[in-house]
Amino acid sequence: MSSGWERMAAARDHAIRYGFIVLLFGLIAYFAIAADGFVSPQSAVFIFQSVAITGVLALGVTATLVVGGFDLSIGSVATSAMMAAAYVMVVLEQNAVVAVVACLLIGAIVGLINGWLIVYTRVPDLLATLGMMFLLVGLQRIPTEGRSIATGMTMPDGSVANGTFGAAFLALGRHRFDFFIPNLIPVSVVVLLVLAVLIWFFLEYTRFGRMMYAVGSNQRAAELAGAPVKAYKIWAYVISGVFASIGGILLAARLGRGDIASGNNLLLDAVAAALIGYAVLGAAKPNAFGTAVGAVFVGVLLQGLTMMNAPYYTQDFIKGVVLVVALVFTFALSGRGNR
Amino acid sequence: MGNDAVFRVDCLRKSFGPIEVLGGVSLDLHAGEVAVLMGANGAGKSTLVKIISGVYERGGGTMSLAGQNFAPKTPAGAIRAGVVTVHQNINDGVVADLDVATNLTLDRLSGSGAPILFNPGRVRREAKAVADRMGLMIDLKARIRDLSLADRQMVAIARAMAHRPKVLILDEPTSSLSSAEADRLFALLDRLREQGVAILYISHRMSDIRRLADRIVSMRDGVVSGVFDRKPLDYEGAVNAMLGRKIHLDRIVARNSARPVLTIDGLRIAEGSRPISLTLGDGEVVAITGLVGVGKTALAETLFGVRKPLTGTMVLNGKPYAPGSTGEAIAAGVFLVAKDRSENGIVGDFNIQENISLPFHKRMSRLSVLKRRIERATARQQIQELGIVCRSEKDEMSALSGGNQQKVMVARWMSQAAKLFILDEPFQGVDISARRDIAAKLRASANGRATLLFVTELDEALETADRILVMSEQTIVGEHRNADIDLERLLAEVAGGPLHSAA
Repeated sequence: MSSGWERMAAARDHAIRYGFIVLLFGLIAYFAIAADGFVSPQSAVFIFQSVAITGVLALGVTATLVVGGFDLSIGSVATSAMMAAAYVMVVLEQNAVVAVVACLLIGAIVGLINGWLIVYTRVPDLLATLGMMFLLVGLQRIPTEGRSIATGMTMPDGSVANGTFGAAFLALGRHRFDFFIPNLIPVSVVVLLVLAVLIWFFLEYTRFGRMMYAVGSNQRAAELAGAPVKAYKIWAYVISGVFASIGGILLAARLGRGDIASGNNLLLDAVAAALIGYAVLGAAKPNAFGTAVGAVFVGVLLQGLTMMNAPYYTQDFIKGVVLVVALVFTFALSGRGNR
Repeated sequence: MGNDAVFRVDCLRKSFGPIEVLGGVSLDLHAGEVAVLMGANGAGKSTLVKIISGVYERGGGTMSLAGQNFAPKTPAGAIRAGVVTVHQNINDGVVADLDVATNLTLDRLSGSGAPILFNPGRVRREAKAVADRMGLMIDLKARIRDLSLADRQMVAIARAMAHRPKVLILDEPTSSLSSAEADRLFALLDRLREQGVAILYISHRMSDIRRLADRIVSMRDGVVSGVFDRKPLDYEGAVNAMLGRKIHLDRIVARNSARPVLTIDGLRIAEGSRPISLTLGDGEVVAITGLVGVGKTALAETLFGVRKPLTGTMVLNGKPYAPGSTGEAIAAGVFLVAKDRSENGIVGDFNIQENISLPFHKRMSRLSVLKRRIERATARQQIQELGIVCRSEKDEMSALSGGNQQKVMVARWMSQAAKLFILDEPFQGVDISARRDIAAKLRASANGRATLLFVTELDEALETADRILVMSEQTIVGEHRNADIDLERLLAEVAGGPLHSAA
């Protein structure tokens, strides 16, 4: 083999490994020059805030991707959690803690059902979670007969809902921590960072995370190595459900109402972030760090385009292009898709 | 039967890259005769079948059908010429969502001359004609999905026969049938034989072979190693030719064991099979040999908690042992190197180190956090002990040769002390030097545990074991101390002879 050939192989290796990080910094550099005020703490925080909710969802779906599954119900779990939070506080007049617990429970239960459907009834993962998505989109509208939930709304039976979003709950969406500059970092960004570090540590450093990767790569081998494969798969969907419900809590806290029209883009954005994550650092597998970078990448792109006055309706198209390019990076260039 | 072969294969060759799979195979098939093709895994049977049925292109040699040159470019071409194949996987031969009638006439739905419109009445008429010719007693309106495996098999064969072929090839057709179902298949084959079809029947099941064969062709290492057509057929000779026997330079010294490790009593692993009882001793290496499909893997999986025995008890080191899962088996000190490493062993996304540590995460972590230093040290030690050829413990598995991949699989389970160490076909797809390394390592480290190997190749048993048990029809039929073995008797047991005469 000539050294020229080896150099090419090495160059390709580098392109796969660092391509997306370089692309991210290139993008930031470009917007810094082209768009006024792009490089500022406020702009950075805005990007993080815009990706916080989809980032949390993306981290959850990463867990299901790791075990070789997929969860399409995350977007509808998040909106269901948002509606549930509003219902608990506004209609049932409970406090913030009850609302948060109710949301987390919903996420966990949906995750359990998804896992059960996939593991025990052998419904393929995409179909099971797709069905769950439709089910939840419908279910969340039943208690209020399709209306959004806000303080002072009229209930189907004619009564008026007088409960309010608790201040503590709203703080989850609106409070900002001081960080060098007063009122800089929103709670949602902190939640994103904490969850990202948690799931990254869990997947990379604990024996549970390692075995989840083994299950995703060769389920039979994992089983013959003594792993309770079914339990691992179900847990992955529970993690995904709970993370999605946390996203829903943040959404409810930001909006301050239960809005049936919001959250339409959550699924697409979260899945895009997780799949872009495959390409980061040449991992060629689902990973928490990549997912976080993927989420930031999408956020930077959209914020930059917005500041350059690109029309809003081009955003989905551009997200799609980025996703396809990332998938080419992962599967075609690294050649690992051939296996 | 006439002397003129209806189908003739002459000096067929095939290589995949540098590896020669077929090294000049010659074979004759006669009308109204069942020729059985025997061969161990990797002997080249399936490659031969795929060339004949037009799936692979041949590398050299000639084939002729009824005196004409036969060189199919595609499977459809082979069928048109009159050579049809029923593949091992029954569901490949039928479409599960369609009814029997449509399946029987499926091949007339496409191709030139096929009508554009689907005419249910005509399909049913044609299907009825096919079914009658075969003596097929199945409701033509039934959906394939609702049929038993045996019925699906019948439909697949009838569908193949709808082409009125001169040659029918059946690849292990009974591998998923019960014996009653197999009898129906044999009756059908008898009928076809009477109609003058030349049948090539591939199987390992001695009971099938005894029932059907007019002639036996044994293959080994890509060549025909024996043809047996003089009545009565020499079944043991055929098995011998298939498994082969070479001169052993490194004969082992058989050891005896004082302390029993595992005692199995009255274990039945399949419906209708006779119970298995055996004892494995400390420091002993025992090989269980037998043809493919006699229940070796089922027994291995029963010992490892993958499946449950129908009846019987096991005692491990004096304590009752009845694992409910692989996890429980591992916790009890019973380890299994499963056969077919790419399917059951290797985690492709993991490197060597991660593959080795896979079953022992719990022992290698504190507060559930993996201690990578210990993981790495374990891997390095195993790489050195087994002589795994690699750059480092971080190498990808795909970068290793087959032999080294298998060494990693063995290393995985040797990294912790076992009470019972089971290896199912550990030498499959392994070159001779890696095979020697693994066998030597197994024998050198045998003290303190019982070691149980499942191997089809007799050579492998003779090279590694202190004691050889023979398995046939889901049970143990013979036992030999590997010192002065009566090979005639052993081969007879593998071929299933004494069992039948004794029963």
